[in-house]
Amino acid sequence: MAKGVMIVAEQRDGALRKISLELASTARKLADQTGDEVSAILLGAGIEGLAAELGKFGVDKVFVGDNAALEPYVTEAHADATAKIIKDNDPAIVLFGASVQGKDLSARVAAKLATGLATDCTDVKVDGGKMVATRPMYAGKCFGEIVIEATPQIASLRPNVFPAAENAKAGAVTKVDVAVEAQKSKVLEVQKDTSGKVDLTEANVIVSGGRGMKGPDEFKILEELADVLKGTVGASRAAVDAGWRPQKDQVGQTGKVVSPNLYIACGISGAIQHLAGMSSSKCIVAINKDAEAPIFTKADYGVVDDLFKVVPELTAVCKKLVA
Amino acid sequence: MNIIACVKQVPDTEAQIKVKADGSGIEEGQIKWVMNPYDEFGVEEALKLKEKNGGDVTIVCVGPARAMETIRTALAMGADKGVHISDPAFDNADAYVIANALAAVIKTLPHDIIFCGQRAIDDDAGQVGAMLAEALNVPQLTIVTKLEYAGSSVKVIRPIEGAQLSIETALPCVVTCQKGLNEPRYASLPGIMKAKKKPVDVKNAAAIGVATDAKAKVAKTVPPPARPPGKIVCGDEPAQKAAELGRLLREEAKAI
Repeated sequence: MAKGVMIVAEQRDGALRKISLELASTARKLADQTGDEVSAILLGAGIEGLAAELGKFGVDKVFVGDNAALEPYVTEAHADATAKIIKDNDPAIVLFGASVQGKDLSARVAAKLATGLATDCTDVKVDGGKMVATRPMYAGKCFGEIVIEATPQIASLRPNVFPAAENAKAGAVTKVDVAVEAQKSKVLEVQKDTSGKVDLTEANVIVSGGRGMKGPDEFKILEELADVLKGTVGASRAAVDAGWRPQKDQVGQTGKVVSPNLYIACGISGAIQHLAGMSSSKCIVAINKDAEAPIFTKADYGVVDDLFKVVPELTAVCKKLVA
Repeated sequence: MNIIACVKQVPDTEAQIKVKADGSGIEEGQIKWVMNPYDEFGVEEALKLKEKNGGDVTIVCVGPARAMETIRTALAMGADKGVHISDPAFDNADAYVIANALAAVIKTLPHDIIFCGQRAIDDDAGQVGAMLAEALNVPQLTIVTKLEYAGSSVKVIRPIEGAQLSIETALPCVVTCQKGLNEPRYASLPGIMKAKKKPVDVKNAAAIGVATDAKAKVAKTVPPPARPPGKIVCGDEPAQKAAELGRLLREEAKAI
């Protein structure tokens, strides 16, 4: 019978991504409820050394598939290897990260195993021996509680929502032979973003601007505040459609759905499709001249004033606070 | 080229979503239904490929009777024909069931490239493209913002966290479309008139021969967790408000 919780760890350039530790920690919590083991799948080239770190965050056993053909990530090669390791070990629950790679991989693997998948979950628990995964739908306008009527039960977890807590276990390495067939897809180039900014979906702090920013150059004051708070700048659809910010910065139902610790909305009125994308943020600040703006209904702290006066002052205040 | 674009009908982004009192789903009464915005990018890309390289565009859609409107919208944009997979048995389908239903139809059609939205803005699952690729045993390129066609292959750009990948893949393949790929056209009036006469094949579950039992079930739908009411930060001057906000974020919210 299927048993235990397995995670599919994600690494890039030989380093574990933060989501992998969040997965390990969450899997540990679920497995401890039933006294089961946590195992992990780790694929790539020359990555065996990362197993110890997974162990530190609660993983008992790490299946390492080491093959030059698994680097960089190509969907079909990783999906074949991942599905095979899952089949051979028969876990009850498998957790992926809901990162770009994790979403791409988890759906393919679930289809290979003819099972169901709950994507981008913000809570998972075990109830009566079955996983119950809670996930936002309609970009967070409502939530669904998902159960999987097949084995294994698969969920992908939203980055930045589940805590990563140390809980040392063995992290014992089991090497797995991974045969990689000739691939139909080939990564030609990886072009790295050199800004040094964390992606919106993984940022702890987001400073977002909307139509009230009045133009692209005015975002400079948001960049300055974000720099002080080690955050990332986001934008509403209005600001992106006006061409003030690139598409990758858009927060909302047709952009990115984010859950940072702190979300500062500047000059954003709060169209329902924007609110949907950010309302799971832990602390929300709205700065807007219009006291009637819908954004204030979601804000923990509202400042009704001219953002062009408040934001530079706030940057100065924060500079002192974080110094 | 034989091009397929898969579409789904979803509530408009402006729609207020109300959960039914018994948690069995959402109230559909007041909703305005539209083509999933990410699927519009797929239809547009399909039409652009056809215009450049010749061929035809087939729209495939799983959905209730009302979804015919969305198929007609795609035909009005310029697609040639449609297949509407419609059966109450699909009412509670998950991505696995939908992907297999789409695959069952697409397998019977010549196909060089298949477009899907990167996710539908209703269930936000983002699974169908990858599951469809698996069912067809072809490569997948998900969340694509640029596509170049080169005869027997395509080259695409896929943004990931902190980087952009350039990937080349042999056809046939499934491409899931992200905002930025193109600007979807509006249907013209002559397009809308022509669309009425374009063929749409309607098929039920039995006709395509797929199982309709969902693997992932929504056991319960609940409203989002309520947020405690917020505070308006007081002060006479912007500087005072900023100082008070900084203090609250530090001491009360512990957010900085």
